Amino acid sequence: MSEAQDYKYIGQRTIRPDGFDKVTGRASYGADLSLPGMIWGKTLRSPHAHARITRLDTSKAEAMPGVLAVAVHSDFAAVSDEAIQAGEGSANLIDLASNILAKNKVLYHGHAVAAVAAKTEALAEQALALIEVEYEVLPPVMTALAAMAADAPVLHDDMFTTGLEETPDKASNIANRVEFKIGDVEAGFAEADVIVEGTYKTPTCHQGYIEPHACTVRYDEDGQSMIWCCTQGHFDVRTSTAKLLGMELSKLKVVASEIGGGFGGKTTVYQEPVALILSKKSGRPVKMVMDRDEVQLATGPTSASHNWVKIGARKDGTITAMQGKFIYEAGAFKGSPVMMGCMTAFTPYEVPNLYAEGFDVVVNKPKVAAYRAPGAPQGEFAAEMAVNELAAKLGMDPIELRLKNAAKEGTQTIYGPKFKRVGLVECLEAARDSEHYKAALAENQGRGVASGFWFNVGGQSSVVINMNPDGTGTIVEGSPDIGGSRASMQMMAAEELGIPLEKLKPIVADTEMLAYSQGTGGSRTTFATGMAVIEAAQDVVRQLKERAAALWNVTAEQVDYADGVAYNTAGEDKMTCAEICSKADRTGGQITGRGNINARGAGPSFAVHICDLEVDPETGKTDVIRYTAIQDAGKAIHPSYVEGQLQGGAVQGIGWALNEEYVYSPEGKLENMGFLDYRIPVASDLPMIDTVVIEVPNAFHPFGVRGVGESGIIPPLAAVGTAAANAIGTHVTELPLSPPRVLKLVQEKG
Amino acid sequence: MAKVHVTTSVNGEETEYLCEPHETLLDVLRNNLQLTGTKEGCGSGDCGACSVTVDGRLTCSCLVLAVEAEGREIGTIEGVGDKEKLSVIQQKFLEHAALQCGICTPGLIVSTQAMLKDNPTPTEEDVRYYLAGNLCRCTGYDKIVRAVMDAAETLPSERGA
Repeated sequence: MSEAQDYKYIGQRTIRPDGFDKVTGRASYGADLSLPGMIWGKTLRSPHAHARITRLDTSKAEAMPGVLAVAVHSDFAAVSDEAIQAGEGSANLIDLASNILAKNKVLYHGHAVAAVAAKTEALAEQALALIEVEYEVLPPVMTALAAMAADAPVLHDDMFTTGLEETPDKASNIANRVEFKIGDVEAGFAEADVIVEGTYKTPTCHQGYIEPHACTVRYDEDGQSMIWCCTQGHFDVRTSTAKLLGMELSKLKVVASEIGGGFGGKTTVYQEPVALILSKKSGRPVKMVMDRDEVQLATGPTSASHNWVKIGARKDGTITAMQGKFIYEAGAFKGSPVMMGCMTAFTPYEVPNLYAEGFDVVVNKPKVAAYRAPGAPQGEFAAEMAVNELAAKLGMDPIELRLKNAAKEGTQTIYGPKFKRVGLVECLEAARDSEHYKAALAENQGRGVASGFWFNVGGQSSVVINMNPDGTGTIVEGSPDIGGSRASMQMMAAEELGIPLEKLKPIVADTEMLAYSQGTGGSRTTFATGMAVIEAAQDVVRQLKERAAALWNVTAEQVDYADGVAYNTAGEDKMTCAEICSKADRTGGQITGRGNINARGAGPSFAVHICDLEVDPETGKTDVIRYTAIQDAGKAIHPSYVEGQLQGGAVQGIGWALNEEYVYSPEGKLENMGFLDYRIPVASDLPMIDTVVIEVPNAFHPFGVRGVGESGIIPPLAAVGTAAANAIGTHVTELPLSPPRVLKLVQEKG
Repeated sequence: MAKVHVTTSVNGEETEYLCEPHETLLDVLRNNLQLTGTKEGCGSGDCGACSVTVDGRLTCSCLVLAVEAEGREIGTIEGVGDKEKLSVIQQKFLEHAALQCGICTPGLIVSTQAMLKDNPTPTEEDVRYYLAGNLCRCTGYDKIVRAVMDAAETLPSERGA
């Protein structure tokens, strides 16, 4: 397997091929394209969290000079009650249409009601003020528990809980119930000497990408419509928009611009279909760019959650049962990632008796979007906090407790399969043996460790490699590159073709130049699109051999190919890749390799983090003073960008644990829009983030890749939470550990 | 509303534009002058993606009115490095993989250049506090801080050469 092999490019710290454009400002992002004749679109948003729209009159806005089009919900084609692939899950078309332009109710502060296109951005803003909307304000439900109460105001009077033995006849805010189990938890708890249980809460927080959602679109009657936008999956933008507007896929080209962060939040559509309606009505290209407040009000966020967990163990630390009830907010429309929460929470452990029950609950907040390992951080926070409580109660080291119960090859998961080879034990051992874990702590300092599990996904990727007559080639792929994945594609293709990196240029193609490719999400790109690149490169090599064979008048089987050179095993001849390409016109035309796959065999990536935190007992301020992120990459194609994923995930998790939360007024209005009040970590908040990259290869990938994008955001919540608890000498059950909450914990401790 | 005529200097080139009185320098750089390397992340001076220099001083261009550029010297990411060669700071960002999505990168490079002019030998703490106004959501800042420290170490020898 890959461990023993020497690679020429894989594992090197190469300069990314798109780097020059990104450090010079030339790279073109979502808001950077302007077209001749272009006008600007703006969105009118609801000031209320929950209200019925009793009157909507856009006539004054339409009559204003400079205004060229107005869009409202009824401009969507009649969409069916159909689920479509959207990002890392599925979305219902009616819900999608009603989220991006409200139907007859507004369901959260900031919910889009109408949109205007005008000659300038300022005119469009002015026109919004001329739209007349009358609301019948309804009481909002702002937490899952409030929404589940028997007398709670109901958001959707046609929503009946699914997943119960009998579908209720009364509408409620509980969209769905899920359940996963193995063994018998009651029997497991009966065997236990020690039991811990607790309820753990996490807040609503946002992906926090720095680039707001933006698009420039052009509708053309002749079937050449175009959307340019920042997205993690432009093929899925095409699917959603075409369905919402009743178009055929071939009549809509979607171009993925460079993307300024997504973390799952750019896997669905918001403005794109609306802009296309405005373009159709006005006959002009339309640009729509959200401002930061709109990003916070109406995109993302991730589910707030309320989770109860119970764990039983024998005196020697053997866990006999784990049980959890996970309640996740979906936002205004059904579809929280609670199922993933149930599937991941207990998965770092091999335990014979497991039970996880989940509830998907709608509330008057924006519809949640995927956020890095969607659903996993919330549930695993609860489970990992409880495991650390168990270690304390047993008087055991928390890493030893985890090692004793660690999931490994052959472990039965709660969601179905048994694990193939996984690297959790290696991560735990690296944590235990680290210098960090042995380092002394001072007064008011505490340490926490936690594990994280994420499945990683495969799926469809299409790649072609076009070879040029001079022996250079273009790698044409369809996965938007958010974090340097083009570098990995270039390295994997160069390794297979045996030609220098700089001879290969990777590009992210638009939806017309390539067959369907799933978006960048689920940590799938280096794994699945990488497999497609490898397959396309192998297809090129096969053709190079055939062409050389034709020139030498031998069979292709008589040709060997290594390090970019073809050898005639029946004689002395040899020819480089470039020489074969230069003669392609004589051997049947130019060479294109193809790899259109639906990748199976994604390898789970486990992570273990260690956090040291110092608490100021006077103010409740916390400082992360040392942090180590350990994760199994399978194989690190580009170690620097793998480390970057570990570090970035860790810091997003630290932000989630320490500061980030949506703050709502009692009326359901968001009170902390903008980066000043919704405070994501800044450079001075943090130490260096040490990384240890473990490589336990995934047997299904030619180089052993697992995918590293997501697991790293999971452990910080409980690692930071436990470090704070240990620093104060108390229990932590709720995030974020912002200074007021920490101060309260210090004072309650006395 | 009548547009205002402004004469200024952008990256050393004399530049004229017409702008609305309410438009920001960021709007004009991006929409009138097509200098889209300067990014808008928040429009409220909190993220640093729109960092430029005005008469050498580091500024968020979203907080400056376009009319205020009259007679000033504006520096943007497009003016960093030269046609032939990346600057040391740009090169170090690439070598250290100090960017993932890259949206914060132009602002960080403009800020880093301004910092190293003021303080050519920063400590890690200096770097972290100077760049605290430039948000990056991808990297966790580790590789950015390393790239900036490396650039600071490399630059004096470049100057001496």
